[in-house]
Amino acid sequence: MPDQRAAPTLPKAPTGIEGFDDLTYGGLPAGRPSLICGAAGCGKTLFATTFLVNGATRYGEPGVFMSFEERAEDLSANVASLGFDLDGLVAAGQLAIDHVRVERSEIEETGEYDLEGLFIRLGFAVDSIGAKRVVLDTIETLFAGFTDSSLLRAELRRLFGWIKDRGLTAIITGERGEGQLTRQGLEEYVSDCVVLLDNRVDDQITTRRLRVVKYRGSAHGTNEYPFLIDHAGISVLPVTSAELDYANPSGVISSGIAGLDAMLSPGGFHRGSSILVSGGAGTGKTMLTASMVEAACRRGERCLVFAFEESGAQITRNAASIGLALDAHARSGLLRFEAARPSLYGLETHLARMHRDLDRFRPDLVVIDPISALRGPSNELQGALLRIIDLIKTRGITAIFTTLRSDGSLIGDGDLGASSLMDAWIKLQNMEANGERTRTLYVIKARGMNHSNQIREFLMSPNGIRLVDAYIGTAGVLTGTARVVQ
Amino acid sequence: MSEATSEGPSPDTDPDRDPGHYHLRLYVAGQTAKSVTALSNLKRFCEEHLAGRYDIEVIDLIKNPQLAAGDQILAIPTLVRRLPSPLKRIIGDLSNTDKVLVGLDIRRRADES
Repeated sequence: MPDQRAAPTLPKAPTGIEGFDDLTYGGLPAGRPSLICGAAGCGKTLFATTFLVNGATRYGEPGVFMSFEERAEDLSANVASLGFDLDGLVAAGQLAIDHVRVERSEIEETGEYDLEGLFIRLGFAVDSIGAKRVVLDTIETLFAGFTDSSLLRAELRRLFGWIKDRGLTAIITGERGEGQLTRQGLEEYVSDCVVLLDNRVDDQITTRRLRVVKYRGSAHGTNEYPFLIDHAGISVLPVTSAELDYANPSGVISSGIAGLDAMLSPGGFHRGSSILVSGGAGTGKTMLTASMVEAACRRGERCLVFAFEESGAQITRNAASIGLALDAHARSGLLRFEAARPSLYGLETHLARMHRDLDRFRPDLVVIDPISALRGPSNELQGALLRIIDLIKTRGITAIFTTLRSDGSLIGDGDLGASSLMDAWIKLQNMEANGERTRTLYVIKARGMNHSNQIREFLMSPNGIRLVDAYIGTAGVLTGTARVVQ
Repeated sequence: MSEATSEGPSPDTDPDRDPGHYHLRLYVAGQTAKSVTALSNLKRFCEEHLAGRYDIEVIDLIKNPQLAAGDQILAIPTLVRRLPSPLKRIIGDLSNTDKVLVGLDIRRRADES
């Protein structure tokens, strides 16, 4: 468990949320309340539910979900799509759900009262299953139900103290308020750990971000981290705190194209290198990468393809037309396509998805086809690209990036930084001459090896990709029919 | 609260069948000052306004914590009017007589008797 790293300073309760436990060095403070705040729809309830479900299923800590908003049935239904079986956990005594309904119109206040009933309910639920974790979602609803807010504040202070005394690890959720983190200023009472969730829309594209505002007694990542909510639940990507320890692979891998291997002195590319394939539309970029992928799969290596323009099925079909059987590798689990429209997510979310998929699938070869499809504000784009490249390089994964730009830049003019990060650069170009268009290939650079500087003709046939030496003679370089005639 | 709008008072003989019968539940948590005050206030109102057609059930949540969720109890003390419907919740030590009477809908009947 990751919490042992920080054990000397402060005991932590892992949330089991990917990434979050890393950036907080172990999770939420154990035996204390933490505040998760954010605007409506930013994932507070899901965060809290995940914390409880993981506590019950992975860490042997049963939990109580005290819901002030959603009914237990709604709660179960909402998270069922993530594979959380709340009803099953309740039946197994791993989870207790208490829906607290506060209806102002049904309550008449006639003198002095306190909220001892809330304490008793919570205490009863905790004792009935031996809970170690508690979620109060969203306790500020109480302020709508009772008029005496100073009494409520005093009672909440007492409640949070009670949670600490009982040694419960608690998540208190709060709706973001004007000028403060929560509407009722709960951050004043829950001061050990405050996490802010944010859901920002730029150019009609939403990016979710998470920030640990404070964490008393513990170091934590201070940046805003993008996080994802999808069928796999929540994952937080501490993309900028990349503290990685991957082995740097060695060896040479074949490109799967004999002619291309022959152009490179070791007979292929260095394993773990980043390879840029540039070329305009219809020059054969995707098929060149498909043949490299196919070769890798035949060697038994895992390949992950991020496709931004075509679906996996489309690439598979097209590859079959040049004799590459990608579908067999996809079926055997060696090859996976992750296709997404560039406009579907913001840059951060794309990056976060890639990060997660890389860590889950653990590929030996990654293809990003084409990286030039990613769009965003130029200042962010540059940074995001560098991080993608960095992400892959530090893991020692061989990567192939394709770009439509013939100048080798990844996104736009003047970003020389990205192409200089590449270890090898293959340029594909269509040449038009004598009423004929032929595909050509040359190696612009290949770090750490000698390579041919000659141009090759690039032929695609049902038997695969073949490189043919262009005729070089007195008439210059001849390709296509002119070469054959010569 | 005018007499013209009031329903005809029915002389109560059988409390179970009487639609005007009051079934009240008072939730307390131990013998706190607020709980004791609430109970004595409640008994006084009932004797004054609902004599013979009420019953009070006192539930101590310290002894029966499992009962708190059923009636959605948060505040202590809470008085729940189970009958006549609709269900009503009155919180506090019941020291504000007017509010209790209005809250329990017995103000009107009180005017008549």
